[in-house]
Amino acid sequence: MDILLQQIFNGLTLGSIYALVALGYTMVYGIMGLINFAHGEVVMVGALVALSVMKPLAAAGLPGPLVVLVALLVAALVCMALGFTIERVAYRPLRNAPRLAPLITAIGVSIVLQQLAMLIWGRSYHAVPPLLPAESHEVLGAQITELQLIIMLVAALTMAGLILLVNRTKLGRAMRATAENPAIAGLMGVDANRIIALTFIIGSALAALAGVLVSANYGIAHYHMGFILGLKAFTAAVLGGIGNLAGAMVGGVLLGLIEALGAGYIGDLTGGILGSHYQDVFAFFVLIVVLIFRPSGLMGEKVSERA
Amino acid sequence: MNVPAKALSLSVLAALAVMACGKEAPPPPAPAASAPPAAQPPLVVKIGHSAPLTGPQAHIGKDNENGARLALEDANAAKIKIDGRDVTFELVPEDDQADPKQGNLVAQKFVDAKVNAVVGHLNSGTTIPASKLYADAGIPQVSPSATNPQYTNQGFKTAFRVMANDEQQGKVLGEYAVNNLKAKTVAVIDDKTAYGEGVAHEFLKSAVAAGAKVVAEEHTDDKAVDFKAILTKIKGKKPDLIFYGGMDPQAAPMAKQMKQLGIKAKYLLADGGCTAEFIKNAGDAAEGHYCSLPGIPYEKMPGGPKFIERYKAKFNADIQLYGPYAYDAAMVVIEAVKRAQSADPAKILAELPKTDFQGVTTRILFDEKGDLKDGAITLYVAKGGKWEPLDTIGGATAPAAEAKPAEAMGGMTGMQGMAGMAGINGMTGMTGIAAEATKLAPEKK
Amino acid sequence: MDQKTKAYAGTFLIAAVLAVAPFAVGGAFGNTWVRVLDYAALYIILALGLNIVVGFAGLLDLGYIAFYAVGAYLYALLASPHFGLHWPAWAILPLGACVAGLFGVLLGAPTLRLRGDYLAIVTLGFGEIIRIFMNNLNAPINITNGPKGIARIDAISIAGQPLSKAIEIAGLKIPGVYLYYYLFVVLALGIVFVSIRLQDSRIGRAWVAIREDEIAAKACGIDTRNVKLLAFAMGASFGGVAGGLFAGFQEFVSPESFGLMESVMVLCMVVLGGMGHIPGVILGGLLLTVLPEAFRHGAGPAQQALFGKVLLDPESLRMLLFGIALIAVMLYRPAGLWPDARHRREMAEKKS
Repeated sequence: MDILLQQIFNGLTLGSIYALVALGYTMVYGIMGLINFAHGEVVMVGALVALSVMKPLAAAGLPGPLVVLVALLVAALVCMALGFTIERVAYRPLRNAPRLAPLITAIGVSIVLQQLAMLIWGRSYHAVPPLLPAESHEVLGAQITELQLIIMLVAALTMAGLILLVNRTKLGRAMRATAENPAIAGLMGVDANRIIALTFIIGSALAALAGVLVSANYGIAHYHMGFILGLKAFTAAVLGGIGNLAGAMVGGVLLGLIEALGAGYIGDLTGGILGSHYQDVFAFFVLIVVLIFRPSGLMGEKVSERA
Repeated sequence: MNVPAKALSLSVLAALAVMACGKEAPPPPAPAASAPPAAQPPLVVKIGHSAPLTGPQAHIGKDNENGARLALEDANAAKIKIDGRDVTFELVPEDDQADPKQGNLVAQKFVDAKVNAVVGHLNSGTTIPASKLYADAGIPQVSPSATNPQYTNQGFKTAFRVMANDEQQGKVLGEYAVNNLKAKTVAVIDDKTAYGEGVAHEFLKSAVAAGAKVVAEEHTDDKAVDFKAILTKIKGKKPDLIFYGGMDPQAAPMAKQMKQLGIKAKYLLADGGCTAEFIKNAGDAAEGHYCSLPGIPYEKMPGGPKFIERYKAKFNADIQLYGPYAYDAAMVVIEAVKRAQSADPAKILAELPKTDFQGVTTRILFDEKGDLKDGAITLYVAKGGKWEPLDTIGGATAPAAEAKPAEAMGGMTGMQGMAGMAGINGMTGMTGIAAEATKLAPEKK
Repeated sequence: MDQKTKAYAGTFLIAAVLAVAPFAVGGAFGNTWVRVLDYAALYIILALGLNIVVGFAGLLDLGYIAFYAVGAYLYALLASPHFGLHWPAWAILPLGACVAGLFGVLLGAPTLRLRGDYLAIVTLGFGEIIRIFMNNLNAPINITNGPKGIARIDAISIAGQPLSKAIEIAGLKIPGVYLYYYLFVVLALGIVFVSIRLQDSRIGRAWVAIREDEIAAKACGIDTRNVKLLAFAMGASFGGVAGGLFAGFQEFVSPESFGLMESVMVLCMVVLGGMGHIPGVILGGLLLTVLPEAFRHGAGPAQQALFGKVLLDPESLRMLLFGIALIAVMLYRPAGLWPDARHRREMAEKKS
């Protein structure tokens, strides 16, 4: 029982991380219908910028949480600038281009960011100083760290905040209008370009937040860390129904749980034929099954045939 | 600990090895002795080096390149002459992205550029397909770090490596886990790469043979960072020891997560995790864990500390992993050039099997397949934020003793030194070594 | 000259250029570049296959490399000491096309209802599933030899002559990479021919109709399900052939050759060249194979010439330039470098 509970904790943490990154994907997709393939790399940049800020500050002897806060702030600013630039350079000129063109530029941006990060931060893995409380506590026989709780909490709060933003504020209304039809939103006095740029900026700030938490949780950061994370988060976003904020959360947590429980129990379930190395197969299999029965994800709106 | 007894047991091992591989000593080459022509432009010897310089393993790839670069600089500083003509060694560095297809392109490029020898590649996955191209072109290839047994099993005369292969290392580790670390139950994790799975598989076989019970066999991949699910599963099986076959980027977070989950088992890593990076990235979660590296601790080798110092000064970076092995691999080639008195690949190739070189990682002798003969393997324990050498098991010496009496003395003293060292550092059950000797003998063909 | 003579002259010219290319390239730059051309021909076959799915039928497939993997592994298993089988290439390659096609249908069938990005992620997942199976199927029964890959695969032979060995014709020594070049180019031309015929056929028009508007296509009486499945199967079978060729050429396969980035690269070739336009796709395949190599060779010397020293590692710069090239091409030519006439028209309309 304590093993199962532990696996659930593991899955929830992993899922919250996926969810946090998936929120960024889904924000952009919800407004522009674009897979921002470079989002994972923005997460990576956030983690590495934060790390560069943390190191000297921590060495100066400032208290841990304060250092992390400052680092997060700097990382968020850098990522926001980065997100703004990416949108301006790589996506905006292609708004009316064939649908796959921005996908290719996104891949290009992703490669460029990775290589730049390699030039700036080098090829080595970086240890992230343990500034956030990461002590293990026992809960009903399972271990959980404070940081894990923080991650779950932050993911949930971020989602709630974004939902409020989109549904309750003027900016949110403008976002929804732009998502519906940028041209008509323009007629109503919404500056679509500005709204899209803002969406990217918010998404990138989220990426910075995710980057800081992910690297703190695993204690490691590397210029290549964004790729797999981005891929998993994208999967989570689609699982939940891309474009839907609550869906990103649900998809992320579900994917995390599937992975943890899959790795933990797939061997017992299949009598030892399949093992933990089929964890990803299991996750993709669930995704495919979900999409067969709900072609637009768990919580996605029913897209019209013309979408 | 009884030092002479230990030395004795080592010589038993040596004697057995000699008996087992009787056919040795190819005829000595006829040294080319032509009159030195006057003042010629230096002869350029091109040595290709290939490793991933982009992608997730780029840091390890660059490390290899640095090692080889340092060796070539040393060779150039030594002002080697062939037939009185100056020789300049030139490194041709390439990036194979750890991708077999890119690896073959690089190999083709080396063949086209008529490099005289190749040091590389880093990964078994690139080394094996590329070895075919080198074999067809007759270019000698010395890999510093490809440990998949298949590499030298293909029957190519051009393929050599200066590192114990997965079989050699996994076997020693399995016995060590059971005999010295007293593990009765073990859990094995690998990263499903050719290297990780290979060494984990050999570990498992040898641990079972030594009497341990395998309670869990789990797998992850070489890009993962979250291992809590498999670790939780392992925790439920309560093993004495967890072995991980893989590289440090996974090994370090795994150690941290073990600690977070409250797993008290010993943690044993092969060479892929035996790095300063592991300790740096795992922090205090690294304390008390074990790892192994082929060879003798280079801090203790003649020229070792100087090597580390020079590496740091030159590249402004710490040694990552296989840099010293790449240095040795390049040195083995350079020595062969020196002995052959020629840069002709065929002549270098003729000299390589006769290599007997005291490198920074170990004394290098090749067996008939091109593998390192009786490669020593050293175990380390993480103590106070450093890998401390614990034990050195095995080591090359014996066949040279028969072939060249003069060398034998050197070999013996080296051995004694080694035995003494192990004595100082404690343990190494005598039985372990003796068992090693009896086990090694029948396998040698 | 009338049309016909012109066409003949053009064909003859292309044939002549293709025939002497390896000698010209190999002589001028070395055999490495002939090997690059070999890979280019392989990737052109792959890109043409993906073009059927993405370009003609408009189905975004991010797991295309799986079919390449299926073809490669089939060849490896049937012609290597791994199972002790040594089937001839002419038997395996068509079989590879069929098996890969079957996998195409297997992927296509459950995903018929999905569209756009949902299809993309499912195909991506499918590609990963295939790769993971290749990586893991060495236990409990060893089928694929797992991550170690399968080595010592038989080279492709024609009339008892393995192409990996150089042959001598009239005193002229022709290295193996040249022989493979001719084989790959001939097969690529065959696939170009099939692609052109398909494009102009009823099926080809049905694909385009689905791409442009699936509902309208259905209303016009097109059996969208079968036509879509056919697109998956055809595309996959081209991938299977390319995979078999790759295995025979490389004489080694391992799962790491079939990662997601490979799928993405092939997709880039199709989109960058000009989706749905065969000459464009060929151009895309050629460029994206040759460019990274050109950067590899050129980045160091170019810096030397510009700044007098090498500022950045050529190898870091190589991928950086590649990424920048992807972005730049899409910004200046969003429909690809060489789009077909229909696409160009659409772009022009949108701009006005």
